[in-house]
Amino acid sequence: MSDPTNFTLAQARDAVRAKKVSSVELTKAFIGAMEAARPLNAFVTETPERALEMAKASDARIAKGEGGALEGLPLAIKDLFCTKGVRTTAGGNILSNFVPPYEATVSQNLWDAGAVMLGKTNMDEFAMGSSNETSHFGPVINPWRAKGSNRDLVPGGSSGGSAAAVAADLCLAATGTDTGGSIRVPAAVTGTVGLKPTYGRCSRYGIVAFASSLDQAGPMTKTVRDAAILMRAMASVDPKDSTSVDMPVPDYEEGLEGSLKGLRVGIPREHRVNGLEEQTADPISMYLNDVFTVTVNLAGLPALALPAGVDLQGLPLGLQIIGRAFDEATVLRAGHGIERNARLNAKPAKWWRAA
Amino acid sequence: MSDPMSVDKDTVRRIAKLARIALDEGRVEPMAGELNGIMQWVQQLNEVDVDGIAPMTSVVAHKLRMRDDVVTEGGNADALMANAPDGEDHFFVVPKVVE
Repeated sequence: MSDPTNFTLAQARDAVRAKKVSSVELTKAFIGAMEAARPLNAFVTETPERALEMAKASDARIAKGEGGALEGLPLAIKDLFCTKGVRTTAGGNILSNFVPPYEATVSQNLWDAGAVMLGKTNMDEFAMGSSNETSHFGPVINPWRAKGSNRDLVPGGSSGGSAAAVAADLCLAATGTDTGGSIRVPAAVTGTVGLKPTYGRCSRYGIVAFASSLDQAGPMTKTVRDAAILMRAMASVDPKDSTSVDMPVPDYEEGLEGSLKGLRVGIPREHRVNGLEEQTADPISMYLNDVFTVTVNLAGLPALALPAGVDLQGLPLGLQIIGRAFDEATVLRAGHGIERNARLNAKPAKWWRAA
Repeated sequence: MSDPMSVDKDTVRRIAKLARIALDEGRVEPMAGELNGIMQWVQQLNEVDVDGIAPMTSVVAHKLRMRDDVVTEGGNADALMANAPDGEDHFFVVPKVVE
């Protein structure tokens, strides 16, 4: 069997359902990858014992012919989501001993769908940052390096641990949160896919707040299809969050196959800035990136970041698609069309394994 | 430009005291400068013409749901106190902060 950590979320789901790989086998492979990648500092807390318990329970359900949409699939959770009984720090020292007595609705939705928790990912302290250098637990290192260089690069932030974990194949997918670009900036600079849904699509219950009228949770994945799968599992109307919107959650994956004929895409004039295209990954350009990401938070709109190839140094470039409120489906379909036709996904060399 | 919102050194000392932040005397003047810079930056918003524009209460038009006025969750005081460094009879015990 090829290395299962290279699976996309969709591939792993299909393999688990077809009983070609068990959840325990899959989970053990990711625990190994997570431990071998400690130089990246992507995780604040690893939960391997809990992961194996959840994987065993998944395999038991699968054996009985049961199982949810994410049954047996190992995921990483940003350390901003309260996880019952598992330390939740938000990247800050004052919460370094905080063990929540309750579970965030988004993560509960994932466990209800059968997902397995590998651990909690590192992030800018209290989600306030775009480079992941402000965590009390130390910076996250971007799995990507420029051609011929050993210099460490930032992974973007604040969901930088989640982005690095996805890019480095330490999990099948991860959760992020986005207040001003915290999903899309790290997705862009790690060559991964990140979706900030419409404000109200996901419950904010149990997410340590940064700016309550802007915060939204969203998926961070290897492909647009994976984002569609995870988005559906994360979204729900929640009586515990009065701003979660009572609207049906569509089957985004099924929607990917729809036609793009006649779809019009505009490019804001303000986004045409000279000198922005070639360089990524230094803190100044991170803050500059915020100018291009925060607008959709202020408008509450859904926006997808996806890989757009690599620059002259071999580093990933990101592309952002903004959609209409509650029309994540069209955003995902457009992203899927670009991904399928342009084949711009590249992978970083796993240099940390040799270290 | 005279600025009614200008921050002077006394204001910086007072804010630091209220926030329980130790501030070296040498940092007071630079901090006043930084705060004034931020204030001036925010004041640029006054230049925006908002005549006839309704105040925004939410980024997505959305009506708050009503629910029955009943207890939905409760009786979990022990769990809620589990993170308290010090507690007594389901109360948080904290150092005296108001003089």
